[in-house]
Amino acid sequence: MASHSIAAMNAVGPTGANPVDSSAFYDAKGEHHPEGSTMLGFWLYLMSDCLIFAALFATYAVVGRNYAAGPSPKDLFDLPLVALNTSMLLFSSITYGFAMLEMERGYLARCQLWLAVTGLFGIAFVGLELYEFQHLIHEGATPQRSAFLSAFFTLVGTHGLHVTLGIVWLVTLMVQVHRRGLVPENKRRLLCLSMFWHFLDVIWIGVFTFVYLMGVLQ
Amino acid sequence: MFSNPDLQKLLFGRLTLDAVPLHEPILLVTFAMVGLGGIAVLGALTYFRLWGTLWRDWFTSVDHKKIGIMYIVLALVMLLRGFADALMMRAQQAMAFGDVEGYLPPHHYDQIFTAHGVIMIFFVAMPLVTGLMNFVVPLQIGARDVAFPFLNNFSFWMTVSGAVTVMASLFVGEFARTGWLAYPPLSGPAMSPGVGVDYYIWALQIAGIGTLLSGINLIATIVKMRAPGMSMMKMPVFTWTALCTNILIVAAFPILTAVLALLSLDRYVGTHFFSNDLGGNPMMYVNLIWIWGHPEVYILILPAFGVFSEIVSTFSSKRLFGYASMVYATVVITILSYLVWLHHFFTMGSGASVNSFFGITTMIISIPTGAKIFNWLFTMYKGRIRFEVPMLWTVGFMVTFTIGGMTGVLLAVPPADFVLHNSLFLIAHFHNVIIGGVLFGMLAGITYWFPKAFGFKLDDFWGKVSFWFWLTGFWFAFAPLYVLGLMGVTRRVQHFDDPSLQIWFVIAAFGALLILCGIASFAMTLVVSFIRRDQLRDTTGDPWGGRTLEWATSSPPPDYNFAFTPVIHDHDAWWDMKKRGYSRPLHGFKAIHMPKNTATGLILGILSIIFSFAMIWYIWWLAAFSFLVIAVVSIGHTFNYNRDFYIPADEVIRTEGQRTALMAERV
Repeated sequence: MASHSIAAMNAVGPTGANPVDSSAFYDAKGEHHPEGSTMLGFWLYLMSDCLIFAALFATYAVVGRNYAAGPSPKDLFDLPLVALNTSMLLFSSITYGFAMLEMERGYLARCQLWLAVTGLFGIAFVGLELYEFQHLIHEGATPQRSAFLSAFFTLVGTHGLHVTLGIVWLVTLMVQVHRRGLVPENKRRLLCLSMFWHFLDVIWIGVFTFVYLMGVLQ
Repeated sequence: MFSNPDLQKLLFGRLTLDAVPLHEPILLVTFAMVGLGGIAVLGALTYFRLWGTLWRDWFTSVDHKKIGIMYIVLALVMLLRGFADALMMRAQQAMAFGDVEGYLPPHHYDQIFTAHGVIMIFFVAMPLVTGLMNFVVPLQIGARDVAFPFLNNFSFWMTVSGAVTVMASLFVGEFARTGWLAYPPLSGPAMSPGVGVDYYIWALQIAGIGTLLSGINLIATIVKMRAPGMSMMKMPVFTWTALCTNILIVAAFPILTAVLALLSLDRYVGTHFFSNDLGGNPMMYVNLIWIWGHPEVYILILPAFGVFSEIVSTFSSKRLFGYASMVYATVVITILSYLVWLHHFFTMGSGASVNSFFGITTMIISIPTGAKIFNWLFTMYKGRIRFEVPMLWTVGFMVTFTIGGMTGVLLAVPPADFVLHNSLFLIAHFHNVIIGGVLFGMLAGITYWFPKAFGFKLDDFWGKVSFWFWLTGFWFAFAPLYVLGLMGVTRRVQHFDDPSLQIWFVIAAFGALLILCGIASFAMTLVVSFIRRDQLRDTTGDPWGGRTLEWATSSPPPDYNFAFTPVIHDHDAWWDMKKRGYSRPLHGFKAIHMPKNTATGLILGILSIIFSFAMIWYIWWLAAFSFLVIAVVSIGHTFNYNRDFYIPADEVIRTEGQRTALMAERV
């Protein structure tokens, strides 16, 4: 009999009719509890989201130089502004990390404080991005101008939408943590949002490198 | 309607009374029939007081078995719609020669072939596959439900919302006239300014979200929730194929979501992804959609392979030949399915090297697939074969699918494909593998697991009648298309000039009628079986002499599936248990932890229909409002922490006691 089975360790089954085998076939003590699947499930979701970004990056790679006699990245992108924007998002990831450390220690107020700081950095990021978009559109570099601009606005805008969604989620979670404290459900949710937030950071590093840096430095 | 056109536009977008096709007699009759049918169903539900039970036990249920059954019901209903489209096309093509124009004008015919493809793939094949996986997988791995039961219910309702959206296009406005993959620039704003393509986009987008989430759900279930002792190489083959299919879903559907979003931007915002001007690239769409589309066909066929594997070993009373090779073949097909997408458009002009690469990878897929066919044959070899209905479907599949696979290898040769692409040969090929593979597999699976789901077997006679009609009907309908394709007849043609072709289309139409008889006999099977359910009753829980865990529990299984979690020692776990003298536990039952029902999935589904309808018709205020409500409901749902309960031990004792009595009664 395999040593890994739980019930095999129980010498005699509840029926007693066939003491050799019957109890080896079921978990009579109810000891088997599948561990939580949320983290795996959320990770799978993130990977599927990553593929959406992969498709958008691929699209940008294919049509990103089709300027249609319109402006090119060199004409449009303001690297210092983008660097500031990037730092907002990177800082927000650090502060989210602090929030998670406080959560692990069980300090509710400090955790909330760091979450709030994270949210503010996130809002700053989205605000700067909207400012950049507004500026581009004002200059006539609209998504309708060329395939390059269509792909640019879509890739960067999709990322921005994700951050916005993350902020809404963050606020929701702060309310829930405020109401119920750091119960296991809320910890799990904070962990999911943490993964989501850092994931967006990683995507942004890709955007920053491939769209902005390589666009301006080419 | 309104004296002020601006106000009307603000309130109703581009929706006007003209959108209801009162001038099309065919649609009007359909509308009347659907209306009458709908009233009859609603009336019957009210008369038999079924609303309460429908709401409590089905619509809001998070039980994977109920959700699986609802998926299959959805698929069978949509099969009728998709098949009606097929019959209309066959009738049109059988008559529209020379001076005869047929009864379908081109703009209507084009909608029909688009709707047929979209419905058959997304709302028949996909729900059949998802439904079967939902029902069977948790039972096969000894789990009590899927990893995320609410998400499962939500996924189902998103699929229904997509189906409802497609159906709505029949009566309000029009459907796409672009073919089932809506290639731009034809599907772009200039060539298709109407609502048809928007119906297409939103229906697929919503259903796609459901599919993606159910994919994540089932992967997490299979990876995390297997019963103790069930290592990966002890999983039943159907569970293996389900795992690979769901990995494909999670890895492919995001691409569909992205490409449809880009097409929407082209249509709604005026971007230039797939346009012919300002730097757009239509072939990018074709590449992206097939990067999703090719894995999609394996998403459909792999679970069918799983079904046949279970059936062949059960009805040959033998262990599956080459279990490990079966698993590896499945995994290899999963990986290869990502390396072949370009064979759908060899004519793009990507050059000899690229075409050779994709041609060769395509041909390589036939090797693991061939290995599977041999494994099934060797399983049957020297087995004690029982030719019950599921086994008939399996043998019918093996013959039909092998031929379809060979024509596929033929099409994989780029020079041959240059001649045959876009011809009826291709149509015959993919129907050969989808009907002969997926559909036969799903019908086999339904027949096989029906007693598990409902507690009685399906009627044997009508099942056999249905099988023979389907098999002969399939060959009558599609063999002529092979011939026509070799003669160079292209697909999606509404009228022909050459009268010498007509005889082949008449034969094909006859085949479609035979398939109609097959569908009618299948419906008859359900009716007759329901009437004779007492004679067909399965009291043992194991009507076929099964080998895997789902046959260890009662038919239908209790809500909690297994009173005690089974412990597994072999990949044919239940066979192993029977062989080694397992006796069912009768004492020591405990309370069982279960998830609670919720209506949130259904509410979000309805809201999604409203949202997509508003987007399709440019009713912006309604779109914004329904989107806001969707957000509020979704967030509100997360404030509910009270999501589970315990089935008390008394109830478990009572349920298991009833089963004990039932089993004793019939011995």
